[in-house]
Amino acid sequence: MLVYTLKRLGLALLVTLAVSMLSFALLYLSGDPAAAIAGETASASDIEAVRHYYGFDRPWVVQYGEWMFNAIRGDFGESYYFKLPVSQLVSERLSVTMILGVCGISFALLTAVPLGVAAAVRPNSFIDRIALFISVMGQAMPSFWFGLVLIVIFSIKFRILPPSGSDGWQNFVMPTVVLGYYAMPAIMRLTRAGMLDVLGADYVRTARAKGAGEFRVMFKHALRNAIIPVVSLAAVQMGFMLGGSIVVESIFALHGAGYLAWESIGRNDLPTVQALILIFSLFYIVFTFLSDLLNAWLDPRMRVG
Amino acid sequence: MENILSVRGLKVDIPLAAGTLHAVRGIDFEVRRGETLCVVGESGSGKSLTSLAIMGLLPKQAQRSADRLDFAGVDLQHASNRDMRKLRGDRISMIFQEPMTSLNPAYTIGDQLTEALLLHRKVGKAAARNRAIELLEKVGITAAASRMKQYPHQLSGGLRQRVMIAMALMCEPDLIIADEPTTALDVTIQAQILRLLKDLQRELNMAMILITHDLGVVARVADKVAIMYAGEMVEAGTVNEVFTEPRHPYTRGLLRCIPVPGRTKAGEHLGSIPGIVPSLIGNMPGCAFRSRCDEAIPACAADIPKRLSSSGHLYRCVHDYGPLSSLSSSSGLQAKSGEA
Repeated sequence: MLVYTLKRLGLALLVTLAVSMLSFALLYLSGDPAAAIAGETASASDIEAVRHYYGFDRPWVVQYGEWMFNAIRGDFGESYYFKLPVSQLVSERLSVTMILGVCGISFALLTAVPLGVAAAVRPNSFIDRIALFISVMGQAMPSFWFGLVLIVIFSIKFRILPPSGSDGWQNFVMPTVVLGYYAMPAIMRLTRAGMLDVLGADYVRTARAKGAGEFRVMFKHALRNAIIPVVSLAAVQMGFMLGGSIVVESIFALHGAGYLAWESIGRNDLPTVQALILIFSLFYIVFTFLSDLLNAWLDPRMRVG
Repeated sequence: MENILSVRGLKVDIPLAAGTLHAVRGIDFEVRRGETLCVVGESGSGKSLTSLAIMGLLPKQAQRSADRLDFAGVDLQHASNRDMRKLRGDRISMIFQEPMTSLNPAYTIGDQLTEALLLHRKVGKAAARNRAIELLEKVGITAAASRMKQYPHQLSGGLRQRVMIAMALMCEPDLIIADEPTTALDVTIQAQILRLLKDLQRELNMAMILITHDLGVVARVADKVAIMYAGEMVEAGTVNEVFTEPRHPYTRGLLRCIPVPGRTKAGEHLGSIPGIVPSLIGNMPGCAFRSRCDEAIPACAADIPKRLSSSGHLYRCVHDYGPLSSLSSSSGLQAKSGEA
């Protein structure tokens, strides 16, 4: 288990390094950063002055080294737009994104797992068809469209939920549903497939032969084994949600990190974009790492001996 | 001795797109307390479905019917799910063919052993644990207390099957059904496991139904033998009767397939039965074995009489291979051993 953990950790660090290089390279992907900062009316000498001021004239290895060194200490430079430290900007917004992510994944798990189990217990039944319908809908509807439909129904027609902002819990209801519904189909299908597989296993028959009741067979003997891949999928999706809530936060104007990223891209605020991309990727890497560990911890065959 | 299990006219039908598959086609047998019945047959002869039918654990699509299905005075046909659950693992236990996959990989041996006792008896966890350790020792597992904390993947196949046996014994059942318990194991382990089962059965005075396709196993442990072919019981009797005076052509064919030390000469071909088991879909009048039988006559396609001796030796064949009742099993045995 220790060797396994160390291997996964090493892999995670390598990915982090690669991602940091990519997000640094972003600076140059969108053309000459000095020209962008100086603006359209700037003269050639103004651009040169800006280039020198921000240190863009130094070798890129030195620039990357400096940026990375500061990033590790939590210093991502200053936002071009707000003229504030990026770290301060991001940390203010991150809590909203985290609440949304936790709510989203909880919503997904709480609906997907029971539905998946119910569908597996009676394959091809009415409830299985309903579950299939719900998951196909979830897969087919783009988040932005589903979000707009919810706004039309609950904010405009019935006026029970606010369409935008991040003032209270009401603002989180629709984003949670949209974000959670996006993750739900995969979790549900995996739960159903896992349960179907496990319900045919010899040890489930053993449990029945022991005189265990249906509830005990389903939840203690079957689900415990079927849930292992589901847990790791959910952890990966959690990482994805923390990074991928950009669309959802923009639709509902929820002032989270995703919304900040969207705004900053529009404003050409590169230090902020760089920092957010690195942080979103880090979430993804950390949760993938956690999912590997959870997987090993839940499966005694990987944990022991 | 009283019958612990009596089965009359047991049928298992499985509806398929191509028609109804009659997997078990009306079989009769009984098992007494402390007795071992071996059910022998090739794959697909319905022996495993017979055992699952008794346990009430048939696959959902399979349909069970019987004229009589009594276990220790309980009519299993009309028992509720709840009553069946109370019997399973308590009064009737089962040991399966695949020790590698029959234990839950997510729980320790100790959890799985104590579960049966905790489900059926009002005992505390500590008492259940002590009982589990005691039984692990009884089935020959050393360092039982430390094994309790291990997971199935840490044990070999032989050890896992011993754990399965210990698990089946947790509530001291009246009947234990072992479905090919040694098929998946090494030959050396097979003998140990069989001896263990037989010794435990004697010690606890349990009835045992042992399902196998290995006639060597039968000779070692059985009191009674039932030979199944294509969902029917073609011959049944005491182990002496069936081994020394086999009547049904199929039984005789099976016995020709095993080498006997001292009687089978080196280089001599062992017997084999040509042909394959017929499809069990649809109605099958007459003898199911007739397409593979050397002694088949046109009358085999009609109804087959059951021939029964006073001692209970039964076979189903159009041919009358002599009056069974006239020959006591002991004199038959002497005649044979004299020959050998």
